[in-house]
Amino acid sequence: MGRKILFVTTDQQRYDTLGCNGGQLSRTPVIDGLAAQGVRYERAVPQSVVCMPSRSTMLTGQHPSTHGVWMNGVPLPADAPSVAALLREHGYRTALIGKAHFQPFLDPFGRFEENQPTLAAGAHRGFEHFESATHSPMGPLTYARWLLTEHPEAAGGFYRVLDDQLEVNAAGGGDTGAPQVQVNPVPREWYHTDWVADRTISWLDSLGADDDFFCWMSFPDPHHPWDPPASELHRVPWREVPLPVGYPETAAEREALLDAKPRHWRGWYDGTLVSNYEAPLDWVPAEMTADQVREVNAVNAVEVELIDEALGRVMAAIAAKGWADDVDVIFTTDHGELQGDFGLLFKGPYHVDGLMRLPLIWRPAPSSAPAPATVTAPVGIVDLAPTFCRIAGLDAPSWMEGSALPVDDADAADRGFERVLTEWDSELFGVDVHLRTITRDGWVCTAYLPGSHHDGTEGELYDLTDDPLQRVNRWDDPSCAARRAELLADLWDHQPALVAPRPVEAPV
Amino acid sequence: MYGTVRHEVRIHRPADEVWALAGDAARLHEWFPGIDACEVDGDRRTVTTTSGLALPELILVTDDRARRFQYRLDVPIVSHHRGTIDVIDLGDGSCLVVYSTEADPRAMALTIGGGTLGALRELKRQMEEEA
Repeated sequence: MGRKILFVTTDQQRYDTLGCNGGQLSRTPVIDGLAAQGVRYERAVPQSVVCMPSRSTMLTGQHPSTHGVWMNGVPLPADAPSVAALLREHGYRTALIGKAHFQPFLDPFGRFEENQPTLAAGAHRGFEHFESATHSPMGPLTYARWLLTEHPEAAGGFYRVLDDQLEVNAAGGGDTGAPQVQVNPVPREWYHTDWVADRTISWLDSLGADDDFFCWMSFPDPHHPWDPPASELHRVPWREVPLPVGYPETAAEREALLDAKPRHWRGWYDGTLVSNYEAPLDWVPAEMTADQVREVNAVNAVEVELIDEALGRVMAAIAAKGWADDVDVIFTTDHGELQGDFGLLFKGPYHVDGLMRLPLIWRPAPSSAPAPATVTAPVGIVDLAPTFCRIAGLDAPSWMEGSALPVDDADAADRGFERVLTEWDSELFGVDVHLRTITRDGWVCTAYLPGSHHDGTEGELYDLTDDPLQRVNRWDDPSCAARRAELLADLWDHQPALVAPRPVEAPV
Repeated sequence: MYGTVRHEVRIHRPADEVWALAGDAARLHEWFPGIDACEVDGDRRTVTTTSGLALPELILVTDDRARRFQYRLDVPIVSHHRGTIDVIDLGDGSCLVVYSTEADPRAMALTIGGGTLGALRELKRQMEEEA
């Protein structure tokens, strides 16, 4: 019997939403407890700030350029490498319960395996057990079918993710009319957060006492829509929520900050440019009120608390099985959420901390006698798959591009954790944006490749120490020219392997 | 909002041979993954998806000389749609098949377009591997 792995992911969660990372809104005692026993990473960076590319990185251990899922809507090939398949080959029982999103959701012709009503056992990317969920109770995924079968009356209480035009819905709700917010009367036990935990516990209960397992428990929240059970909204009264430190309170301040960045920032804010499908086409950030920012943050915090409590139930079930000392827990997310930073919400080609700084906790199995630590060196989502291999006692295969996560800063220094790379590529009806970013030495540097709105000379350069909110773009600052040149040289020297781009097959 | 998507594939078979399949309105289900059946009645066609959804369509153009087939979906969610299949003779025993989708709302162009991409891949496979 080896070490068992519980891999917990959320969707679109900010670093600062956890108590252990300084968050003040959500109470997250379970995750904070895991952090106190294990390793907490202060600079975990995704390789893409949207779902499908980032989740494909988790599974393959490869950068988007290499696995080829360069934007949402590009399916991960069925024969792509999979750490789950590798672990299964070595005797691990494997499951993915919750949000997968390696293939597009919008699939009217039923072409993608993940959208099939049933998947043959063991057939999907190495997961012998697969139960799927996303933010909506509609569609063919397991949670939706369960809810529509068992509690059809509850489905209408959820926010409609897409509008009549099949665009991300801009409709507002809640008390303030904030986009993607809705008061949802669904009982808590029917909401997808608790369903994911319930199904995870059920699968764990099906295992033998000596089985090693790799269980990916993947919560769809706190990604919008922000429609948690109404019974839980009292936890974080939005009127008492302070505005985020990243939210400039006056329009003049917001506009001045955005004008110092490449022009698609201001274009999106003003409603003149929507470069990516993930942002509601009919929503204009400039019209967002401070109260809407408060309400979004409050409801998001409620969702984070529910996740923490759901994880607590799973941890209790693991303890009841007698496995408490043998399970490694890794908690993270696929990317962040702007959540009011710069007067913006959601995500897009914006490589700043709101989207780029992720919560990441590794609580090694207590039987391995881990030393609690905080790692400040930059690490990536690309490092997760090799970490699972290390936990399982396997060498990381050559197709993985990362390295097993360091257990402390000394380990990080010894093993060369210096830089993390992030990519953005998008094409949407004539608008294309391409970013290449390096995070290292306390700086984040983004080069813009030529696209419909950039000529290839633009960039962003931020000193994460002196400017933690990334408000001052130093790209054209003569005093930073040497730093910029050094970072760019390192960025171009370490680009990942590139596969031929594959076509987009759906909006998302 | 209006959107367009275009996919193409080169098939190493004569254009007439490819057109015999791709230009036959009643045979779309033979090469379009996710469509299980086609029924043609005059200029009306109904395709049935794997999920059981029946989609009525209007056939606009069947031009055997230009090897062009055009149709539009006739469903409320799509205010405008035009699908166009062109089979272009490259003069060397191969041909280029172009499948274009125009739609309002634009997301439908991407969604249907993904299906047409799969269809072109399957058409190529059938024409080249089963020849």
